[in-house]
Amino acid sequence: MEKEQQVIRVENLVKTYQMGEVQVHALRGVNFAVNRGEVLAIMGPSGSGKSTLMNMIGCLDNPSSGDYFLEGELVSSLKDDELAIVRNKKIGFVFQKFNLLARATALANVELPLRYAGKNGNRTDLAKSALESVGLGDRIYHQPNELSGGQQQRVAIARALVNSPAIILADEPTGNLDTKSGDEIMRLLLELNQSQGTTLIIVTHDPEIAKVAERVIYLRDGLVEKEEKQR
Amino acid sequence: MNFFLNLKEALQSLVANKVRSLLTILGIIIGVAAVISLLSVGESAGDSITGQIESIGTNVIYILQGNDDDDVTNAKDLTLRDADALANSGLASDVAYVAPVITGVREVAFSGEGTESSILGITSDYQFVQNLTIAEGEFISDEQVEGRSAVVVLGPEIAEDLLGRSTGIVGNTVRIGSYPFRIIGITEAKGGSSFNNPDNNVYIPISTAQTRLPRSGSPDSVGYILVSATSSETVDAAIDEVTDILRQTHRIPPRSPNDFTILNQQDFLAVASSITNVLTIFLGGIGAISLLVGGIGIMNIMLVSVTERTREIGLRKALGARKLDILLQFLTESVLLSLIGGIFGIIIGWLISLLVSQIAAQSGAPLEVNVTINSVLLATLFSAAVGIFFGFYPANRAASLAPVEALRYE
Repeated sequence: MEKEQQVIRVENLVKTYQMGEVQVHALRGVNFAVNRGEVLAIMGPSGSGKSTLMNMIGCLDNPSSGDYFLEGELVSSLKDDELAIVRNKKIGFVFQKFNLLARATALANVELPLRYAGKNGNRTDLAKSALESVGLGDRIYHQPNELSGGQQQRVAIARALVNSPAIILADEPTGNLDTKSGDEIMRLLLELNQSQGTTLIIVTHDPEIAKVAERVIYLRDGLVEKEEKQR
Repeated sequence: MNFFLNLKEALQSLVANKVRSLLTILGIIIGVAAVISLLSVGESAGDSITGQIESIGTNVIYILQGNDDDDVTNAKDLTLRDADALANSGLASDVAYVAPVITGVREVAFSGEGTESSILGITSDYQFVQNLTIAEGEFISDEQVEGRSAVVVLGPEIAEDLLGRSTGIVGNTVRIGSYPFRIIGITEAKGGSSFNNPDNNVYIPISTAQTRLPRSGSPDSVGYILVSATSSETVDAAIDEVTDILRQTHRIPPRSPNDFTILNQQDFLAVASSITNVLTIFLGGIGAISLLVGGIGIMNIMLVSVTERTREIGLRKALGARKLDILLQFLTESVLLSLIGGIFGIIIGWLISLLVSQIAAQSGAPLEVNVTINSVLLATLFSAAVGIFFGFYPANRAASLAPVEALRYE
């Protein structure tokens, strides 16, 4: 029963990079689980393995060893194209630098994951309603350079939502925003977590951001240093 | 991935870098235009040459003195007696007409205006062998050949050159070398190239040529003998008969090689088409090289584009793009570049061919340059292939980028 609750289960995750002659142990055996609908923050100083862990959770890279279950499916040993499908269907990314296609409208940006999902019919409708749910229903034909930073991040959130993923993975989502827009974005993410029940994982080094999470995992030197339940 | 969306995105990305895209396309335009125009010039040069050879007539056989193939030394001259033997032998049932020809180059002049021209000493049958028609006056008759008359039949072009017109000039006198000749006829314009243009010919009786066009060798010898077979089907039989008769008159022992050479139109066609094929391949090769350079231009620009858009590729992969999706995205761009270049290249190549036609027509060498469907198809396929071939490496590089590193790329 408890297993059903778990969206993510990570067991003994190890990632080692070969940098020339030197082996870098970015993750040295990380264990944790995330429940469905939970808001989790991953914190740690630079070099703690935070980014590496995010890449693993985001299925952007394979671990050197250890198991990663996403919605009960073992994804840590999948091949590149299989990982691409998992990313497309189960993970929504929100990046620090928004990463929108500069020459495409907000709508086209949000449609992009649907295109890779091979959905043809109601793509535009889905993308429109995703944009409406982030409060940009009146900006759907604007290009990124016509939008403020906060609005661009909203487009990115709509893009992350559009495929109804199991988790939203936000990497320093407010890092490029002023305090006011940052607060708005955090409020939006939490709202969506409440209303749609999407699991939210925030990777950050900002304690203020981490405060909103139900639980915080602190990483240090490639290991989980401590876990703190905040709510 | 939707094909049209892919196409639209590729177009958008090309438009975003207008100057760069145009310069890349220009490389392909030049390449395709070169292939199209050079191929069509080569092909039409070949057509024009074979057309002229065919206009000689399919049943004409050329007999030349000597035999280069079998290293025959001391070959006997071809003589008027050989021609008589061919014409009068009862064994040559497939031979229609026999026309011995003596050639020489002399100045032909009318009232001081002169030009060097090749003179053909011929018999009356020459008219039938070569299918010459007379526009005005009459051709050289047997009586004039026997009487060594100082008469001349002119082609319309040389008549125009000398007298300023090609009609109403029968009865005038021209000088050939230092002798006066009375014009008795003008042949009908046949058209032809500069290398073999019957409209430029000057015909005099062969007997007159023997005395007025002094040559080395025996006084009885002729330059070559033309024979026409009764039809194009009997050419081979006629060649056999001619060979037998000439071996007899030249007293060639059995199993010794001929001391003369027999050519027919097929031989000329074979030689000409092998020459023009080489020409076409050569010209096409030059075009292909410039297309190759254009293709390398595409590869170069696509590599730059992949590097510039590394983050975009990383993002697309993060959003679920598979290797094939990225590969197709970049291949679409490079094929689009090369196809656009190909289309404009075809148009420009066609214009160049038109221009060459015009220039050729004005310089008196009618060369009808046609852009054939074949060369258009070839150029289109070739440019698309260039796009795929030279686009594949950059596209594959993009598709193989690791998402983590691509996203982190600055």
